Amino acid sequence: MNLKLKIWRQKNANDKGAFESYDVSDVSPDMSFLEMLDVLNEDLSRDGKDPVHFDHDCREGICGMCSLYINGKPHGPKDAVTTCQLHMRSFKDGDIIVIEPWRASAFPVHKDLVVDRSSFDRIIQAGGYVNVNTGGVPDANEIAIPKTIADQAMDAAQCIGCGACVAACKNASAMLFTAAKVSQLALLPQGQTERHTRVERMVAQMEEEGFGNCTNTGACSAVCPKEIGQEHIARLNREYIGAKAASDNV
Amino acid sequence: MALDSKIPEGPLADKWTSHKFKSKLVNPANKRKYDIIVVGTGLAGASAAASFGELGYNVKSFCFQDSPRRAHSIAAQGGINAAKNYQNDGDSVFRLFYDTIKGGDYRGREANIHRLAEVSVNIIDQCVAQGVPFARDYGGLLDNRSFGGAQVSRTFYARGQTGQQLLLGAYSALSRQVATGKVKLYARTEMLDVVIIDGQARGIVTRNLITGEIESHSAHAVVLATGGYGNVFFLSTNAMGSNVTAAWRAHKKGAFFGNPCYTQIHPTCIPVSGDHQSKLTLMSESLRNDGRIWVPKEAVKGLKAADAAKIAEEDRDYYLERKYPAFGNLVPRDVASRNAKQMCDAGKGVGATGLAVFLDFSDAIKRDGLETIKGKYGNLFDMYQQITGDNPYEMPMMIYPAVHYTMGGLWVDYNLMTSVPGLYAAGEANFSDHGANRLGASALMQGLADGYFVLPYTIGDYLANMPYDKIPTDHEAFQTAEKEVKDRIQKLLSINGTKTVDDFHKELGHIMWEHCGMARNAEGLKLAKEKIKALREEFWKNVKVLGDNEEMNMSLEKANRVADFIELGELMVDDAFNRRESCGGHFREESQTPEGEALRIDDEFSYVAAWEYQGEGQDAKLHKEELEFENVKLTQRSYK
Ligand SMILES: Cc1cc2nc3c(=O)[nH]c(=O)nc-3n(C[C@H](O)[C@H](O)[C@H](O)COP(=O)(O)OP(=O)(O)OC[C@H]3O[C@@H](n4cnc5c(N)ncnc54)[C@H](O)[C@@H]3O)c2cc1C
Ligand code: SF4
Ligand code: FES
Repeated sequence: MNLKLKIWRQKNANDKGAFESYDVSDVSPDMSFLEMLDVLNEDLSRDGKDPVHFDHDCREGICGMCSLYINGKPHGPKDAVTTCQLHMRSFKDGDIIVIEPWRASAFPVHKDLVVDRSSFDRIIQAGGYVNVNTGGVPDANEIAIPKTIADQAMDAAQCIGCGACVAACKNASAMLFTAAKVSQLALLPQGQTERHTRVERMVAQMEEEGFGNCTNTGACSAVCPKEIGQEHIARLNREYIGAKAASDNV
Repeated sequence: MALDSKIPEGPLADKWTSHKFKSKLVNPANKRKYDIIVVGTGLAGASAAASFGELGYNVKSFCFQDSPRRAHSIAAQGGINAAKNYQNDGDSVFRLFYDTIKGGDYRGREANIHRLAEVSVNIIDQCVAQGVPFARDYGGLLDNRSFGGAQVSRTFYARGQTGQQLLLGAYSALSRQVATGKVKLYARTEMLDVVIIDGQARGIVTRNLITGEIESHSAHAVVLATGGYGNVFFLSTNAMGSNVTAAWRAHKKGAFFGNPCYTQIHPTCIPVSGDHQSKLTLMSESLRNDGRIWVPKEAVKGLKAADAAKIAEEDRDYYLERKYPAFGNLVPRDVASRNAKQMCDAGKGVGATGLAVFLDFSDAIKRDGLETIKGKYGNLFDMYQQITGDNPYEMPMMIYPAVHYTMGGLWVDYNLMTSVPGLYAAGEANFSDHGANRLGASALMQGLADGYFVLPYTIGDYLANMPYDKIPTDHEAFQTAEKEVKDRIQKLLSINGTKTVDDFHKELGHIMWEHCGMARNAEGLKLAKEKIKALREEFWKNVKVLGDNEEMNMSLEKANRVADFIELGELMVDDAFNRRESCGGHFREESQTPEGEALRIDDEFSYVAAWEYQGEGQDAKLHKEELEFENVKLTQRSYK
């Protein structure tokens, strides 16, 4: 099939950036979306033009590195998959595809479609862990955890930190990402001791990074490739209120 | 230089304990006077950096991705082994040790492997304490499964995302140390050289992948936990960015490279669909528990999965069941891979390319019902359909072997130190624990063993003898290394040839797969060596690398990596040529039994091949570390 691509090009963080159009031909339905961009980039390179920069690594939907806003939707038209798992059979001959970077003030553009998501790392650094050192921990089977709780914790822990939730949100809120970690650790017995300080610190960091407020539109869960649900945001809110009521931490 | 593996004296089971006791300690108040560089944030690197930080050392941690959480370890699916014996099914430290050394076809070190089995139990405790949500049974205790043909259930897992959950655990420990200020993170930063001063590793040179800035970092010790080099084959199950650069530059500075030709080929991957293919996707090994592998008895050109049902039962060759009745479709990875290749080489392969075999679930669906199969493999079937467009509930899957893991890597002694003092290698980047073939669910175990439980002890022993003084980065050695890195980048940017970096990478991959892949012979390897030499010359005359250094430049990043892959390829071919035996993942055609099975030659090849760099264009020099087996008896593997 033949396609027309309109891609956001921006030389660096200071450049204003603009869309450019490209025609790609002979696209096979078996190609992944990123392989289609590889083909475009090989053509551009051969012509001596700067290839389109985009983030990617595992190409299996798990590292969370890929991040394109495709025709107005983070990770493209299919539900519950990342951009790297999207295949060209989801498009048809003659389609126009608009490709943009994640847009959020807490995710500034480095180049073209590549953005800076280090704000996510700093949210985790603010408290997304259990305070244990290597060694000196109890036997793994000393703490029994009911299967249903372990399963719910795992649902939350599946977050790949891609940032699609932020890109989809009209407020550019990082609530779903933050909630996924808070929820995982709040559910598990290992996370209880620092339950209150954790949620307070992580939410404070989220605000400091310039992410917007959550107004419960649910747009985040709708695009989340790992289908992290709204119940985790509800749990974060409960944790947060509980923490505020219980302590004068932070 | 002589190889000293520094294996401690004493009975196997006591070696590690007595070694830890004899290791020197650094006084807690003095730890803050030492700086350690850890390159890589996968399971090995993140766990090491976090543990060093907890102990009080100053750590700098590097990765080329935008976040440490994205290291390739994240992609591991199946699970992690540990000799917990929670299932009361006869597992023990010794059994895990024995399975690992046998699985590695007796080409691993007894002492290292026993230590790995010993600390495996601590890993699970550590991960659970961090909040890793492993699968649990209804009583709330940890669940296990049997993996890769093991006779005991010792594999811990978190759905199909074990690597992700373990890495996020290590990443959280690392993040905690970043918050305390003990670890400083450098994401999107690529190490391009190691700096050696007075014979000791004292730092690295890096490129900032956003600005292009070349920087030096000084330390008292350097750890490389930079993963495997399977992408030398262009197509593999590794992440796109996985590369050999850090290990290779260390090799060129004096670190010996161990068993470079030991590659693991995984039998169940989704076949190549065309020239555009950028990577291969692994389908879990567990599929072989219920799927039956077959090809038509008589070659049918371009047979589609949708038409498989038209081949009558008696016209199908279930070749694994036929050749290995005792194990059938569950033969080890190397045997399954090699047989698939043989079938395709004989023209019986299926699909448009003829490079695929069927993995058929129709009998399992008939026997257990659709719902049962869906329950077991639903995710995998969906993933398969997403990628290929075929529905595996209605027609067989097509699979083909793909490069998956590299057992070879930087040679290290028992302390995980390379042949360069102060330079360590951990995780897939070292050669140490899997011999000639790695068992499923053992790489995650080794990465975390190295980082959480081995390096924190062994690096202390080394640092205890080091003076505290720091070497400033304007030292001549840093300046020279920076200049070399800059000159090389300038050279790459100035060639302005006609072929892209990917063109060269694909060509290299093709040569490696053809001549240094699953099956090799002397003639093919000789040819490969010449082809790689020619490719290397052409690369440095005709590669086209666009843009400048002072910007984000993915074409330059790739060129740097591919240049190193080409050099590594040549060493792999030398190593494969030298090892005139079939062992583990490798079938050397000259060395087979009358029935055509792999034949090891123990009296000639029970050694680790450690290669020493001799300079540009020179053949590397071989050093042999003889392997001694005091606790296991060498046997030929048989799966008949
Ligand atoms: C698809 C797949 C499934 C797997 N499943 C399993 C499984 O079920 N069980 C199992 O035990 N094993 C499995 N493995 C193998 C296992 O995942 C890996 O061997 C292991 O995770 C490697 O960990 P590592 O820490 O050594 O390296 P990696 O996780 O590869 O990390 C390498 C790190 O080094 C950094 N790096 C590399 N070069 C540089 C440089 N020059 N400068 C700066 N940073 C650099 C990277 O940024 C990264 O942080 C699987 C592998 C694959 C491909
Ligand atoms: S919550 Fe979902 S969309 Fe947001 S970062 Fe995690 S995986 Fe991505
Ligand atoms: S590239 Fe890893 S999730 Fe898409």
